[in-house]
Amino acid sequence: MILSPDEWQIVRLSLRVSGVAVGLTLPVAFGLAYLLARGKFPGRILIDALVHLPLVLPPVVTGWLLLIGFGLRGPIGSRLHDWLGLTLIFRWTGAALAAGIMALPLMVRAIRLSIEAVDRRLEGAARTLGASGWRVFWTITVPLALPGILAGVVLGFARSIGEFGATITFVSNIPGETETLPIAIYAALQVPGSDGAVTRLALISVLLSLGALVISELLSRRAGAGRGGHVL
Amino acid sequence: MSFDIDVRRRMGPDSEIALRVAAGPGLTALFGRSGVGKTSVLAMVAGLLRPDAGHIRVAGETLFDAARRVDIRTAHRATALVFQDARLFPHYRVRGNLRYGMRRARGPGMSLDEMAAFLGIDHLLDRWPRTLSGGEAQRVAIGRALLSAPRVLLMDEPLAALDMPRRGEVMGLIERVRDEFALPILYVSHDRSEVDRLAGTVVEME
Repeated sequence: MILSPDEWQIVRLSLRVSGVAVGLTLPVAFGLAYLLARGKFPGRILIDALVHLPLVLPPVVTGWLLLIGFGLRGPIGSRLHDWLGLTLIFRWTGAALAAGIMALPLMVRAIRLSIEAVDRRLEGAARTLGASGWRVFWTITVPLALPGILAGVVLGFARSIGEFGATITFVSNIPGETETLPIAIYAALQVPGSDGAVTRLALISVLLSLGALVISELLSRRAGAGRGGHVL
Repeated sequence: MSFDIDVRRRMGPDSEIALRVAAGPGLTALFGRSGVGKTSVLAMVAGLLRPDAGHIRVAGETLFDAARRVDIRTAHRATALVFQDARLFPHYRVRGNLRYGMRRARGPGMSLDEMAAFLGIDHLLDRWPRTLSGGEAQRVAIGRALLSAPRVLLMDEPLAALDMPRRGEVMGLIERVRDEFALPILYVSHDRSEVDRLAGTVVEME
């Protein structure tokens, strides 16, 4: 299948936006997942609900909230601009932020489940062997939660590739800057006679999503290879 | 004095553990029916569970003392625990499990290979824990605990999950550990014959 240079650019932009979105969201998602899985504090339910909000909110509302918060006059956007010289609105970085926010609930969910599944008695055993809390975290908790963390990453990536509503609301459609795959497909659908482009881009979307799911499956199989469940 | 333990802890609305043990070297058994809190006592010695009051001294070292506000962290207690279910790390091979506690090992002890030979697990070093039989897993768990150079070995019903022939094997091994390592052992069991065969001192819990 031959893509035109413009179409390649759309694919590359989509991959970059999603890659940055997932890369930046992962530490946040892991932190939140850990907090929700292990933390005992008042207001947990509220944090849980807030994390899941992008999943149930109309994406256009999420985009509008980003516009208010991260726009040039927004409380966060204006400071990012003044202090760091960073503009998000109408930029690919803004598209990455929108995609990251939309991917957050899925990533937190997958990672949280895997942290909850870690046998805490193994952590206790590690401590009796002299391991510090930090070492227990990196040698027991994280490796045992790894399949879920990877699944979260791939799910988040797939979600980011498909992100449309919040993105178009927040950063609009600027070819070469914010025109990701779904936005490009939507735009092409508005132009009569661009069936070819729509078909090609849609096929790419299917391939990317399918590839992500297959990779996630392979990764979690590999992570589980040789060891199986917990020892009892 | 190898063990000087005097602890109290409320476990629920109408259950409390209160125990006093003073014992010399060798293997000291905590004996009693299940549910009486033997495992909780081991957890308190290891630092996984905090007593409400009392003190825990092992081999002259104070690990916990409520009155003096001493509560050494689990990782620094050097009280290796062998669990009933071996509790090997499923994502490390046998070798990795044995090596896990070796970092803190002080002074010259046994090397990993010597320990593996001593326990008869040298042919298992590259295996994953889930491929081991119960007896093999328990040997590895004992080796992992010993290699961490503990000041005391805590054993929580290490034979309970094994079938009869394996019990005999592992019990023989525990006898050898008792006799060849100058290491106080605190051993929890609900099995009279086991305790009679292994223990120098028996503390009955009710």
